[in-house]
Amino acid sequence: MDDLTSAFLELIRLTSTDLSPDVEESLILARDQEAAGSAAKSALEAVLQNVALAREQSTPICQDTGTPIFYVQHPQGWSTRKLREQIRSAVAAATSLAYLRPNAVDAISGINSGNNLGDEAFPTIHFEEIEGEELIVDLMLKGGGCENVGAQYSLPDRRLAAGRDMEGVRKVVLDAVYKAQGKGCAPGVLGVAVGGDRGSSYYGSKESLFRKLDEPNPDPDLDAFEERLTEEANRLGIGPMGFGGVTTVLGTKIKGMHRLPASFFVSVSYMCWAHRRRRMVVHGSDIQYP
Amino acid sequence: MYNLSVPISDEQIRELKVGDSVSLSGVIITGRDTVHKWMIETFIKETRQPVGDDLEVYEAIKPLLDGGAIYHCGPVVAGLDTGDYRFVAAGPTTSTREEPYQGDVMRHFNLKAVIGKGGMGPQTLAACHEVPGVYLHAIGGAASLIAQSVQRVIDVHKLDFGVPEAMWVIEVKDLPVVVTMDSHNSSIHAEVETQSMVELERLLAS
Repeated sequence: MDDLTSAFLELIRLTSTDLSPDVEESLILARDQEAAGSAAKSALEAVLQNVALAREQSTPICQDTGTPIFYVQHPQGWSTRKLREQIRSAVAAATSLAYLRPNAVDAISGINSGNNLGDEAFPTIHFEEIEGEELIVDLMLKGGGCENVGAQYSLPDRRLAAGRDMEGVRKVVLDAVYKAQGKGCAPGVLGVAVGGDRGSSYYGSKESLFRKLDEPNPDPDLDAFEERLTEEANRLGIGPMGFGGVTTVLGTKIKGMHRLPASFFVSVSYMCWAHRRRRMVVHGSDIQYP
Repeated sequence: MYNLSVPISDEQIRELKVGDSVSLSGVIITGRDTVHKWMIETFIKETRQPVGDDLEVYEAIKPLLDGGAIYHCGPVVAGLDTGDYRFVAAGPTTSTREEPYQGDVMRHFNLKAVIGKGGMGPQTLAACHEVPGVYLHAIGGAASLIAQSVQRVIDVHKLDFGVPEAMWVIEVKDLPVVVTMDSHNSSIHAEVETQSMVELERLLAS
């Protein structure tokens, strides 16, 4: 296998500096819906100006470049040990080129490693072997502001009168949006996992955020449920940056998982408007960033 | 649109109302979680002894914070290897984490403006009334855009806290912000929270 360090570096640069078209289009729609002269509208105008500038200058959209989360799907016979080494080298190089902020802080000593390399979960790298010849790598950069407002509920939830059904799921998701207010850089995207254990549920909620905003849920019932949650979350009126306004949430993505009979977790990962995710596909010597 | 320069007077602060757009210029300091904890423990509650360059840094920042502004920001900085620092991306971080400290820090240093995102709570609002001061909301995530307002990096203190947590002394020109908490006990954040709670209760009941 070839050394893909420079290809990974380009993936990181694109993810940090060049927002995906589906997210940008959704932000344009949101801006157009806010009242003329409102703080919400001018916030989204600044957001869109920033997106264009970051792309043009090749500088980070947001200074919080988050935890780099890589999902690597590789053909049979690839060395995941070598891929890991190359990804880690690319992350350190991207940090010294100021595409990433040094973000890895040892939680015990308080020391920032300075190069974004921490323990085996920093950067986070998931590997999965797939059929075929292509290497597919997805990268997501998720900042701390929105990560902090994520929430996990265990149903039934007495406070919210939320039972173990989709009506209960609806209630806790709306509660999570209310609690987040503008703190997660609204308008955000909701990644929701229903089921799983505490760990796999949060993991599933992040995975669901890889689905494009304009890509419907393959299950028509869940798709309608996603639409309903987005519409109801927007009725809360929190608005861009929490200034009050029409758009609080750009979209909702739900993933159903299996659960234990005794457990019913609902995990909500809140993604800020700066929803940075990109893909790289390697086929032989051909490398694409679709 | 108000043009505001640091240092800011009490009269200027009292003139500002929630919803006002402000263009801020002058020398300000970044400070977030580690800095606020360090200020409170070392100089305000004095639960730990100053060590290393603590006193020296304190003397250096005191005149800058008097009538000045602190920016909740952990920037991306170029030139770390050469010391020829330049802000590449510099949006605000979520301010609410400083809620336990901010009011005391404002009173101690006569700090007039706190810049961040997401708003702060009742303790900071009370300090805004008392000092008086304001909370200025920058646009979260607009990091490349805001970095353009940073004219130069004048100094850095406590770089051993890490790049995001250090105190960067910067000169800004026309930093665009909105007053979301003023010195007259008004907070857009408290208002939006109350209104959204009414709507949430309606949705939960339906």
